[in-house]
Amino acid sequence: MAIKKFAVACYDDEEVLFPAVKQVRNSGYKLHDVYTPFPVHGLDGALGLKETDLHVAGFIYGITGTSTAVGFMSWIFCSDWPINFGGKPHWSLPAFIPITFELTVLFAAVGMVLTFCYLNQIMPGVKKHVFHPRQTDDLFVVALEINDHTNEAEVINFLKSTGAVETSVQVAESEWWFGRWDKKEAYELA
Amino acid sequence: MHLKYESFVREPLVDGDKTYHQVTEDIISPIEKKPGRMWYVGFFFSVALLLLGVFSVTWEVYYGIGVWGINRTVGWGWDITNFVWWVGIGHAGTLISAILLLFRQGWRTGVNRAAEAMTIFAVMCAGQFPIFHMGRVWDGFFVLPYPNSRGPLWPNFNSALLWDVFAISTYFTVSLLFWYSGLIPDFATVRDRAKTKLRKRLYGLASFGWTGTAKNWQRHEALSLVLAGLSTPLVLSVHTIVSFDFATSVIPGWHTTIFPPYFVAGAIFSGFAMVQTLLIVCRKILGLEDYITIGHLEAMNKVIVLTGSIVGVAYLTELFMSWYSGVLYEQEAFKWRILGPYWWSYWAMMTCNVVSPQLFWFKKLRRNVPFTFIMSIVVNIGMWFERFVIIVTSLYRDYLPGSWTYYSPTWPEIGFYLGTFGLFFTCFFLFAKYFPVIAVAEIKFVLKTSGENYKKKMETIDAKSAEEFKHELDHAHH
Repeated sequence: MAIKKFAVACYDDEEVLFPAVKQVRNSGYKLHDVYTPFPVHGLDGALGLKETDLHVAGFIYGITGTSTAVGFMSWIFCSDWPINFGGKPHWSLPAFIPITFELTVLFAAVGMVLTFCYLNQIMPGVKKHVFHPRQTDDLFVVALEINDHTNEAEVINFLKSTGAVETSVQVAESEWWFGRWDKKEAYELA
Repeated sequence: MHLKYESFVREPLVDGDKTYHQVTEDIISPIEKKPGRMWYVGFFFSVALLLLGVFSVTWEVYYGIGVWGINRTVGWGWDITNFVWWVGIGHAGTLISAILLLFRQGWRTGVNRAAEAMTIFAVMCAGQFPIFHMGRVWDGFFVLPYPNSRGPLWPNFNSALLWDVFAISTYFTVSLLFWYSGLIPDFATVRDRAKTKLRKRLYGLASFGWTGTAKNWQRHEALSLVLAGLSTPLVLSVHTIVSFDFATSVIPGWHTTIFPPYFVAGAIFSGFAMVQTLLIVCRKILGLEDYITIGHLEAMNKVIVLTGSIVGVAYLTELFMSWYSGVLYEQEAFKWRILGPYWWSYWAMMTCNVVSPQLFWFKKLRRNVPFTFIMSIVVNIGMWFERFVIIVTSLYRDYLPGSWTYYSPTWPEIGFYLGTFGLFFTCFFLFAKYFPVIAVAEIKFVLKTSGENYKKKMETIDAKSAEEFKHELDHAHH
């Protein structure tokens, strides 16, 4: 838990957002995060974010599934409890393919979704600060981290000059926490 | 000016003068309103059907499989017919969300959410049939591979029926994950505009605390793409494996290598028909005609005429091969299929699946909503008959003329089938009321390239010559 102070700018068009993000990055203010109602292509690049490695995780989970299935079925049919099915070989690899494929997909999909939730710090019961209720509707929100020494009027004027339609200064929790969305937190009431 | 350009040959995907906020308003507001009278009527009718199904199944479990019409010759009747039919219907959702995503088909955004929901509900219905066909359903866990006190005896991993267990459960899980990962951002939209406390709390839970940071979206895009890549072979594998249930046996009429592609084409065919049935009603009742446009319906009708024709070719190939193989049993099986006591089911299948969908070659009919609605039901009747024909008319006259028989369902079988309709529509009505029926974030993503109003704005730019455009662009940047 870390309560911090933020200067928040809301933009109503992604075409205004891009140059604004560029200006913010050049300004020297500490950028907290950018919130958008839908994926804006190129924004990760404009923010200097690295490409995600989620798909690599997916590949690793996938081959885990493949080897689990092949290993398990081979062990059962060759060693643990060999049964003769119509004189066919115990290690009948072609017949293992359907289950092997299904487990590959299952492991990759389940593993990736869990990793996705872990990396994004999302799960039922998790709460995060919403800077503007319309950030999931039609506003693109840029939050800058400021402190007591920052000249608030100057930051706000700067944000307005980048084309923000709405600006504010908010004191908020910067991380996630467990909470109910219908209840206001102590810092919000203060 | 927007940075992307889309040709004018392409129809707009979103009609009307829409802004991002208007999109949210149009799709989310039905969740916030009290449902209309039609919703209540439909919902309670579905629940009544579901209860009928529960009663029929309870009866069957209590008295045993003997209450069904199946016998020693026809061991698979309506139960497996309905299983294959429902699984087939479940194929359209993942096809739309996965394969069309990889093919970059923009029109999928309007229909994918509802189609994926339909997939999940259809697979739920399908799963009931093999489970209750087990008879002693309380022993159903025997299919699970775990160290047990029965030997240790493992399930037979070489059996197509066990492959099915893995295929269907994987398909259900992956479809559910794919669907839900897309729903998370939209639930956050519902949460952030919620006026009542309960709605805020529940959608807060359902949205997992999503706020939409740039990094989260980047991962979300990566996740969707990889899940689409995984689901594409998955969707093809599921009906392939279902077809192995038949093709790996030595029953004349089943033992053919054409089954996997033939079943997959049929599955997509019936799945799209069910999507049409549901969406034509949905767009009307929820007022979503701007998002599920005639263009969307036409695109799906094109898929229907294509897959219907593939299915038709498969039927003819089967007939040819039974003659060409020179195997007497194959030839007899197909003779009895076409001309035997079940001739009506064969010809119902042929008419509904092969002949009538050919009308969709006419553009006027493809874009006609009432006609599409009627055709969607005709196709699903036809596809039900296809499964019935494959299963029952391959079994009822087997190798021994002494065991030839005729099969018709009893009331618990019919009640069970109607009950799955109850389950399907109960789930779908709840979905239509409480879930964003269209993927809000995805529509916003394509709005500026494919929205009608934004395309109109491009007309003036489109009319300019290349030199003129370049000059203005250079000027604007200086």
